[in-house]
Amino acid sequence: MEKTACEMQVEIKNADGLHMRPAMQFVDIANQFKCDISVSNEQTSVDGKSIMQISMLAATVGSKLNIKAEGPDAQEALNALKKLVEDKMFDEPSPGNKKRNHNLVEPHDGN
Amino acid sequence: MEIKKGIAVSPGISIAKSLIIDSEDYRIPRRLIKPSQRMVEIQRTRNAFRAATKELTGLQEKQKDIERSKIKDIFAVHLRFLHDRSLRKRITDLVHSDLVTAEYAVSTTLREIASHFTKVSDAYISERAADIYDIERRLLKQLLGSKREDVEHLTEEVVVIARELSPTQTAGFNKKYVKGLATDAGGRTSHTAIVARSLGIPAVVALEDLTEITGGADIVIIDGNRGIVIVNPDDETIRQYQKYSLEFKEFEHKLDAIKEKPAVTRDNVKIALLGNIEFPDEAEFVLQKGGDGIGLYRTEFLYLNNPSEPTEQDHYNAYAETLRVFKHRPVIIRTMDLGADKYTQSRRFAPEPNPFLGLRSIRFCLRNLVMFKTQLRAILRASVLGDVKIMFPLISNLHESRQAKMVLHDVMEDLAEESVNYNKNTQVGIMIETPSAALTAASLAREVDFFSIGTNDLIQYTLAVDRGNELVSTLYASGDPAVLRLIRTVIQDAHKAQIDLSVCGEMASEPEYIMLLLGMGVRTLSLTPPMIPEIKQIIRSVTIEDCNNIARKVLGMNSERQISGYLRNVVSKTLPEVF
Repeated sequence: MEKTACEMQVEIKNADGLHMRPAMQFVDIANQFKCDISVSNEQTSVDGKSIMQISMLAATVGSKLNIKAEGPDAQEALNALKKLVEDKMFDEPSPGNKKRNHNLVEPHDGN
Repeated sequence: MEIKKGIAVSPGISIAKSLIIDSEDYRIPRRLIKPSQRMVEIQRTRNAFRAATKELTGLQEKQKDIERSKIKDIFAVHLRFLHDRSLRKRITDLVHSDLVTAEYAVSTTLREIASHFTKVSDAYISERAADIYDIERRLLKQLLGSKREDVEHLTEEVVVIARELSPTQTAGFNKKYVKGLATDAGGRTSHTAIVARSLGIPAVVALEDLTEITGGADIVIIDGNRGIVIVNPDDETIRQYQKYSLEFKEFEHKLDAIKEKPAVTRDNVKIALLGNIEFPDEAEFVLQKGGDGIGLYRTEFLYLNNPSEPTEQDHYNAYAETLRVFKHRPVIIRTMDLGADKYTQSRRFAPEPNPFLGLRSIRFCLRNLVMFKTQLRAILRASVLGDVKIMFPLISNLHESRQAKMVLHDVMEDLAEESVNYNKNTQVGIMIETPSAALTAASLAREVDFFSIGTNDLIQYTLAVDRGNELVSTLYASGDPAVLRLIRTVIQDAHKAQIDLSVCGEMASEPEYIMLLLGMGVRTLSLTPPMIPEIKQIIRSVTIEDCNNIARKVLGMNSERQISGYLRNVVSKTLPEVF
């Protein structure tokens, strides 16, 4: 099997950063791939498939993460993760558009 | 057999199997395992993860119909954690390397992760620590589940052992089966103490590592009279305690009979017996035990039991409740005595290197005038409801006493300006509990209406011994000649100045010192309410003449050993039934 290794930098763009639910989405996608995935910030490097380790990065909006993938589907994995982090922004609002609606339930318009 | 000494907070003896309650708010005690048990604990960890996953999946199922539910997402996140191999590995690695139980490894690991989150400055991320605690609880429930449920479904008598008990935990106690309480933490004002007293069962607190040395269903003796807990006693000890327990019950029964009788010596000298209390509801107890009033009303509970600083009204309500019970008898309210071992709720002190010599008690009050005045206002407002006296603790020089009185006068002026009623003749006294105060008692006596000798602190400061420190606690001795000479000085100076004097430390409730204190001239004792009948019994069996002779002899002795030996000997001759 062909072994490839590639790297990519992504930036956290959603207002609330890489909190629990985004961390869950991240590892869910990472776990769909065979390759090993590691994620690092300036201080530390962690397993991209462990929710404990990813959430402990505590990456806030604006922080840059380096994702490294190693294995047959490394490139696909990176593409998918970049899409989640930067394009879809974990389906969350950006700081500019920040209603800070981090409650996942849509609030009732209470009448 | 292991014997632990703590603080007795509720009297009585009980012998029963232990029930250990692990509190959610505290660390699971670190119990070590043998290397051969490693695999068992690792398997327990795995099982707990599996069971928790199952439970969570079930809960998630119930939320299925809800389109986008926050709870569903929380469960999903928690499930990812339970499936996270690196988390499980971190826990089983800890079991393996440190030889600890599954409970301990789970709790320690998840708390490390949680504390990592709380350190993050982003509020939204740091709040995620709550998720981690929730996962911890879920796993611990699997590991401890049955144990924790136990307390509500008891079928046999137990003594409850815990790190510390919360109100929620004690609410489920079945009075029929819970026969005693013992906790690692806590003090006289802790929740455990209150519950035990209200249930009328023995309790000992501040036992430090009791939960670590006690196993579930071990036989445990709780001696709430002497503050002793014995784990796995041998047969002989059990027999002794069964006998002692029986005697104690009979003795209590006998003492009930003298409650109504006055505390007078055989040669007709009247001794006032007052109660030391912490809580307003204890006033009733003092009355039941035959007390003549309250000689020491500690007010710290107001600060320790409240989530926020007590308001003037909180103070007032507590004092009013006590005064309802003792309408026309003296109630001496001691102003806040926090610091050192006890802290104010807001914990505004930076840790001090030497807290007992630091900013505590009256010193703290004089630096926090707003708080101090709030309490004084409430006491003065309550002063019209009965015979209230104010007492300042830990006065160590004349200046402090004057300062405290000045603050009191300011408050009186404020009240007068606002036309609020108070008793202008409210008596003001001080506690004599430092050697400096004892040695200058003659000048202090000219400033105040009464003295109360706090023997606990006076002994500790005179002998330079922290009796909480087991390395030196044997040096702590009420009968030390240095202590007795200071006490004599204070009594003589109070008599010369013709002001009231009482003794309110533990010495006033120790049978072997009663005759000595009376012989030294003490006529008012304030003590823990359960001891009032026993001390009254002693008073009614002696003559002041005998007491005077004893005091004269003792004050001529120069070693503590000689004094305590002599006292024990003479008291056991005079009062064979007490010893």
